[in-house]
Amino acid sequence: MESFMQFISDNLLMIYLLIFTVILGFEVISKVPTVLHTPLMSGANAISGVIIIGAIILIRRSASDDLFSLILGSVAITLGMINVVGGFAVTDRMLEMFKKKKK
Amino acid sequence: MIIQNTLVDIAYLIGAISFVWGLRLLGSPDTARKGNSYAAFGMGLGILAVLLDPRILGGGNYLWIGGGMIVGSLIGWLTAKKIQMTAMPQMVSIFNGLGGACAAILSMVELMTQDLDKGGLVISLFALLIGAIAFTGSLLAYLKLDGKVWDSQVTWPKHNIINQVLLLLTIAFFIYLVAVGHTTGLLIGFLVLSLFYGWSFVAPIGGADMPVVISLLNSFTGISAAAAGLIYGSNFMLVGGILVGASGTILTVLMCQAMNRSLFNVLIGGFSAAGGAAATDGGQVAKSTTAIDSAILLNYSSSVMFVPGYGLAVAQAQKALKELDDLLESNGVEVKYAIHPVAGRMPGHMNVLLAEADVPYPKLLDLDDANAALPSTDVVVIVGANDVVNPAANDDPSSSIYGMPVLNVWEAKHVIVMKRSMSPGYAGIQNQLFFHEKTKMFFGDAKDSIQKLTSEVKNL
Repeated sequence: MESFMQFISDNLLMIYLLIFTVILGFEVISKVPTVLHTPLMSGANAISGVIIIGAIILIRRSASDDLFSLILGSVAITLGMINVVGGFAVTDRMLEMFKKKKK
Repeated sequence: MIIQNTLVDIAYLIGAISFVWGLRLLGSPDTARKGNSYAAFGMGLGILAVLLDPRILGGGNYLWIGGGMIVGSLIGWLTAKKIQMTAMPQMVSIFNGLGGACAAILSMVELMTQDLDKGGLVISLFALLIGAIAFTGSLLAYLKLDGKVWDSQVTWPKHNIINQVLLLLTIAFFIYLVAVGHTTGLLIGFLVLSLFYGWSFVAPIGGADMPVVISLLNSFTGISAAAAGLIYGSNFMLVGGILVGASGTILTVLMCQAMNRSLFNVLIGGFSAAGGAAATDGGQVAKSTTAIDSAILLNYSSSVMFVPGYGLAVAQAQKALKELDDLLESNGVEVKYAIHPVAGRMPGHMNVLLAEADVPYPKLLDLDDANAALPSTDVVVIVGANDVVNPAANDDPSSSIYGMPVLNVWEAKHVIVMKRSMSPGYAGIQNQLFFHEKTKMFFGDAKDSIQKLTSEVKNL
């Protein structure tokens, strides 16, 4: 319990950030029209690929002979990158169709 | 070096703001595409920043990073470019699952190689759990949506009880690992259990509940990314992950509201458990119709409403439908589309399909507008939808979909139902609409049927 309390004090700013971002997220995204549900989900899905930042940190700080971390890390980077690039590209393709018919 | 630190921090900051702004723009049809580009730009900036951040000490290992990035980008790009629009729900699912897998791998490495304090341990285990569930859950959702796996193949007897036991077991294991301590063996056991739970938890959910589970899994991946952000002390990851978690949660709640069911009910209840009373057809006979009769009916009416459902996606009939729409419009028939919020297999599924076929946005009516317009509509054509037009939702308290808002298509003057056969819908409930006095059944593949109709209308 002691160490948990310590953790909260040490990361107080991050906890603030967490809570404010939750509120911001709900505010920004609520009341999205049905027509955009799929692109919104798909775009958000691409953003969740932000996990790749963690994978890059992991590999960068690992020792050059730490094959365990390096191999798992680059698998993680590959998966994360598919999520990021595929997600944004697919969303763009979808939105392109929405655009087209407006004219 | 100090300047470089600051530049990196500013890049992260701009990246995070781009995420927020991008999501905001994604909420409006006119700016959505720009919003997606902003978010992508933010991601690019974040990746650049983490590559250049001088505060990360260690081997560097840029070859490992570059290799993974190039391979991943290529696969992601090619899949995104080649995929059929009708396969969009499974595509989004599988991309989402990969993000979850990434989070699970990272927290596993973290747990096995780092000496973590209690807070770090809880967060890493949490990221592992949620990431693993998002991975196998999305994988199964992908297999189901792609038609590779059927619900009956992955659902066991008493599946809901098994799931509850599994959940309790997972939570107990989690607490044990935090309270008592962990070894590599135990961690692998926890990973396996989490992966298994993810699979098992999606297994009994199907049909009309699919949009709920997909947006829920989406929010899981976001939450696991945010938790990983806490592990690495990255505000950027935290903001990105939480935004996704929030948007996924909102969509999940919207989908649940559209079905008038609680999330708990969707996850635990399942359609399969109930539905006894409504399943009998009582020896009633449905009236079938032919292409020529339907063509005459459509062509000489003044307003037609199409009700698309998952069957439209399966048959890839959206372009054929648009052709029929154009033809009818040129003959002076007013054509609209009624879009139920949970029609299809992901939120907004029908909108994407119809947009692909160039159906103008104002022709799509949402649930309320469609129900207001239905009494003055001459003919309703139901293309591969079933549960969203089932009158049992309004008048049969024993039905498992009772209380779900549906399209009141029986208020129109005539109803034509395009369907392969008389089999009940995904929810396994018989639909009294098929036996309604106003209803005529048009059996066959949706695309075939629509094309036949189109050529008959041309011949009139």
